[in-house]
Amino acid sequence: MRETFFFLLMLCLSLAAGHALAQEADSFETGLQRLSANSFSETERAIEEIAASGHPQAYKILDAASSRRLFYSKLQNVVAWKKDSGAYVDARTGDATTSPPDDLKAVRLNNKLRGLVDAAMGGLSLLADDPGKRRDAAASVFKTRDVKNLQSVNAALAKEKNAEIAKMLTEAKAAIIVTTTGYPDAEVIDAIKSLEARGDQETLGLIRAVPDTASEAVKKAAASAEASVETKLALWETAQNLWYGLSLGSVLLLAAIGLAITFGVMGVINMAHGEMVMIGAYTTFVVQEFIRSSAPELFNYSLAIAVPLAFVVAGVVGVAIERGVIRFLYGRPLDTLLATWGISLILQQTVRTIFGPTNREVGAPDFMSGAFEIGQLSITWNRLWIFIFAALIFTGLLLALRYTSMGLQMRAVTQNRRMAGSMGIRTGRVDALTFGLGSGIAGLAGVALSQIDNVSPNLGQSYIIDSFLVVIFGGVGNLWGTLIGAMSLGIANKFLEPFAGAVLGKILLLVLIILFIQKRPRGLFALKGRAIEQ
Amino acid sequence: MDQVSGNKITRALLYLSGVSVSFEGFRAINNLSLTIDHGEMRAIIGPNGAGKTTMMDIITGKTRPDEGDVLYNDGNVDLTQLDETSIANLGIGRKFQKPTVFEQHTVEDNLLLSLKADRGVWPNLFWRTTEAHRERIDEILEITKLTAHRSRMAGALSHGQKQWLEIGMLLGQDPKLLLVDEPVAGMTDAETAQTADLLRDIAKDHSVVVVEHDMDFVRALDVKVTVLHEGSVLAEGRLDQVTSDERVIEVYLGR
Amino acid sequence: MISRAIFENNVGGTIFLGILAILAVMVPVLHLAVPEDSFFHVSTSTVVVFGKYLSFALLALSLDLIWGYCGILSLGHGAFFALGGYAMGMYLKLQTSGGAPPDFMVFLNWKDLPWYWWGFDHLSFALLMVLFIPGILAFVFGYFAFRSRVTGVYLSIITQLLTYALWLSFFRNDMGFGGNNGLTDFSTIAGYSVQAPETRAALFSTTAIALMAGYLIAKAVVESKLGKVLVAIRDAESRTRFIGYRVEAYKTFVFTLAAMMAGVAGALYVPQVGIINPGEFHPANSIEMVIWVGAGGRGTLTGAALGAVLINYFKTIFTTGFLAPYWLFALGGIFILVTVFLPKGIVGTLASVDWRRWIPAKRAPADEAQLKPEPAE
Repeated sequence: MRETFFFLLMLCLSLAAGHALAQEADSFETGLQRLSANSFSETERAIEEIAASGHPQAYKILDAASSRRLFYSKLQNVVAWKKDSGAYVDARTGDATTSPPDDLKAVRLNNKLRGLVDAAMGGLSLLADDPGKRRDAAASVFKTRDVKNLQSVNAALAKEKNAEIAKMLTEAKAAIIVTTTGYPDAEVIDAIKSLEARGDQETLGLIRAVPDTASEAVKKAAASAEASVETKLALWETAQNLWYGLSLGSVLLLAAIGLAITFGVMGVINMAHGEMVMIGAYTTFVVQEFIRSSAPELFNYSLAIAVPLAFVVAGVVGVAIERGVIRFLYGRPLDTLLATWGISLILQQTVRTIFGPTNREVGAPDFMSGAFEIGQLSITWNRLWIFIFAALIFTGLLLALRYTSMGLQMRAVTQNRRMAGSMGIRTGRVDALTFGLGSGIAGLAGVALSQIDNVSPNLGQSYIIDSFLVVIFGGVGNLWGTLIGAMSLGIANKFLEPFAGAVLGKILLLVLIILFIQKRPRGLFALKGRAIEQ
Repeated sequence: MDQVSGNKITRALLYLSGVSVSFEGFRAINNLSLTIDHGEMRAIIGPNGAGKTTMMDIITGKTRPDEGDVLYNDGNVDLTQLDETSIANLGIGRKFQKPTVFEQHTVEDNLLLSLKADRGVWPNLFWRTTEAHRERIDEILEITKLTAHRSRMAGALSHGQKQWLEIGMLLGQDPKLLLVDEPVAGMTDAETAQTADLLRDIAKDHSVVVVEHDMDFVRALDVKVTVLHEGSVLAEGRLDQVTSDERVIEVYLGR
Repeated sequence: MISRAIFENNVGGTIFLGILAILAVMVPVLHLAVPEDSFFHVSTSTVVVFGKYLSFALLALSLDLIWGYCGILSLGHGAFFALGGYAMGMYLKLQTSGGAPPDFMVFLNWKDLPWYWWGFDHLSFALLMVLFIPGILAFVFGYFAFRSRVTGVYLSIITQLLTYALWLSFFRNDMGFGGNNGLTDFSTIAGYSVQAPETRAALFSTTAIALMAGYLIAKAVVESKLGKVLVAIRDAESRTRFIGYRVEAYKTFVFTLAAMMAGVAGALYVPQVGIINPGEFHPANSIEMVIWVGAGGRGTLTGAALGAVLINYFKTIFTTGFLAPYWLFALGGIFILVTVFLPKGIVGTLASVDWRRWIPAKRAPADEAQLKPEPAE
């Protein structure tokens, strides 16, 4: 029973296919005949017929015609095209012609026909061998949704084995059907459904373009599809904003985390923190310059080389600042703030003197260029790497503070400096190393920021206020607070932007933070207890 | 605040009941109850970390208790609802463990700032020091033996002198209740004895709570003693009574 | 302590007021009455530049009130200066346009003045706003911040956020304050051309007199009992609360007063330099003015004024010549030197030197000895 059914099914299918093939062969044949007429009007009909036939050879024939490689022989009723090698191929069969006729004449095209050929080829590349070409063709048909291509789309759909391209073809077909009047409701509704499944901004436009003259059922289907696509789009947009927010948050985290350490452990507001970031960025620049001039093949490793160097350079500058200036100012936080501001001016001007006031070009290694998409989410590689980099630094720092003896000493100093001192911890040394660590991490941030921001002497200035925002919002002496502070500020910023615009959004955020500080003067995660109060 | 007089929780000057507070999981004060009567002088002793200073922080509004009542003046005022300034203006004065005087002001100005007067901005902008004020300052300088130092910067005083200046500032405030945290820390024996005299003198017309480690000093005060341990009251009574209490001995000497 | 009296209160202050009085009279005379080729002629540019210095001195004085005497380090004090400046700029702009919407609004196609520009065509109203706008902002901001006990570096940072937010806001064209370009191209003030030598001289004298008035007000404040409370708050805030002073009220008072003085300074600055733009709100400006006070001597009124004049004088010298690239090195160096080596500033350090050691024979004048009696040892 089952076998009988299967047999019948196969029979039906082969009959249907055979019918289609026969029809195809007809128009293909007449089209080829017409080419021999050597008249523009006949050639025009020929192109249309060949294109409409969807014949496997059609694409190659039109391609040859467009580059004047298509020939006909009136006497032998042969159409052939010439390969680049000079050999002739029989257009009808696609086989090589061993003995080309003597009276071969080129098929002539005028501008109008050339346009026609190009358009027809668009539809026919749906049948190209190269999947990439087919994919492009399907996308282009979806965009143009020219009803002329419908037949090619159907033909291609019947043959397509690649699921992804098949889906694209279905969508292209749906796009044509939805925007063309006269199809039966059931077909239109199916089309709307497959568009709904695609669910991006363009399909929304297509669904909205369903004409008013359509039947109630179609309109209803369109309305429900519109609503569902809109919801889907809103979700994607939220996801995209969330990613932008997390990405900005990771940048803020990188910029602020070093500050959180120096402020948290030492109670020092380091106004030159931004300049440590800048030093890290310039270190990257110098490394790349060196590689460009002496070892260009290493360019893709330039950031990997710059990372440890930037940490060391910024860290050493940090230790020098601590030993040279800040240690004379302990217990005077406001004076420290002013002195480090002075240092920041000097560092800026030094860099300006050495490297000039203009932006310096820092290149991106291959693995950081470009973008990829997840659904409707577009993610650039550099942002993703920076996000990962920030996550690594954060985790590394967290582990270092928890599991190394240096970390233990730092935490002891954070919680009770005097007590730590009397326990035999050399608070001076801890301070210098802490400051070096905070500055070194700022240097690392500089390597990352060199990929997304202008490397100029003002680089640090543009991050310092944001870093402070993060630290005071998150609370002092708690790395998790800094993480949450950075991420929530990043996300808040990106969600405010679409409503308020970038500048007004930022102003709103500043006002919100000022209000927040009234509520929680010590930030989200403040240490409590007697020692902190005094 | 406007309770019917026959219906009051307490008639005491200061009344703490079931007060608890914790910092990050650590219970600094644990179900503490304490009553100070009008005109009473009380000594509070206890090992380090017993919660003595935290208790003072709660009374003066620096720390909010997690639970419990802190009532003042016959139970009329709920101190947990007020900030430091309001509590100070209700007549509760405090001397800190670490002497805190205004180091960049002269001794005289320190006392001037503490004198009982309107604390508002405008009255102080247009302030005129009257003869009565000057006399009161002279009097306090005399009591605290600082007359010779009246024009010195308070920061230049010795540790003991700062302690006395702070007590003098308490006198200037003329509070109903004085909270005195370790008044004789770092003092010589002679100074300690003088301070005990001074406090007994003050106690004649003020209520005083003294927190102190120095047992000789507490003995010299000769008042009722409360022993705090782990944030609550361990024992209460005369000094010889509580020092013979086994639990107190255990707490002080260890097991 | 005698020398302290000399440099802080009496002699120093008298010299300060004397110099200002002489400047207020002599600069206009030398500018207007002395022929240009004379050695004694004071040029227009000198009048403008020194007028600017004096307005900065008033600004520094106001900052010293809150930082030097009350320990509030505002890194957004420039905001009040700029707001005062904008209030004056709005008046000058409406003078130029004759009360119609000024040029930049025409470019924005605004037909009518926005409501917040109403009244600024009257000098008296504008002058009131010069006091009130900074004053109200400072009062509201200070009330909330001080009530919540935001202190120390936290306060410094949120004041910086305040001026940063204003900086961003005033850059926006649709705020109606001329956006990036700010307010400029002024023609007349109170009917007189702002370019006229007489007007410039008058503005200079007004600034000198305003600085004298500001000094006297600040001196009255810091020498009152309220001033002692401020210092008490600076040195031991929590102690001050425990003896019953409402610290937030005092801080709000002095913060508001200082903001109003800064507003006046800004209003005097704008007609002299002829422009006010959002750059004045930049946080870096506010930090720079802190070091004027620090270098001159925080907690000394004459020091603050002196520091403002000196550093801006250096700035003019540096930034107009071949030294220009080195100005930031110099400024940065001043920040470090002052905080590390000269925390009391020039005047504060001079005042703490015991001059009697150098002039042993001479006794201090009796009246000063009485005012600040000698210490016991």
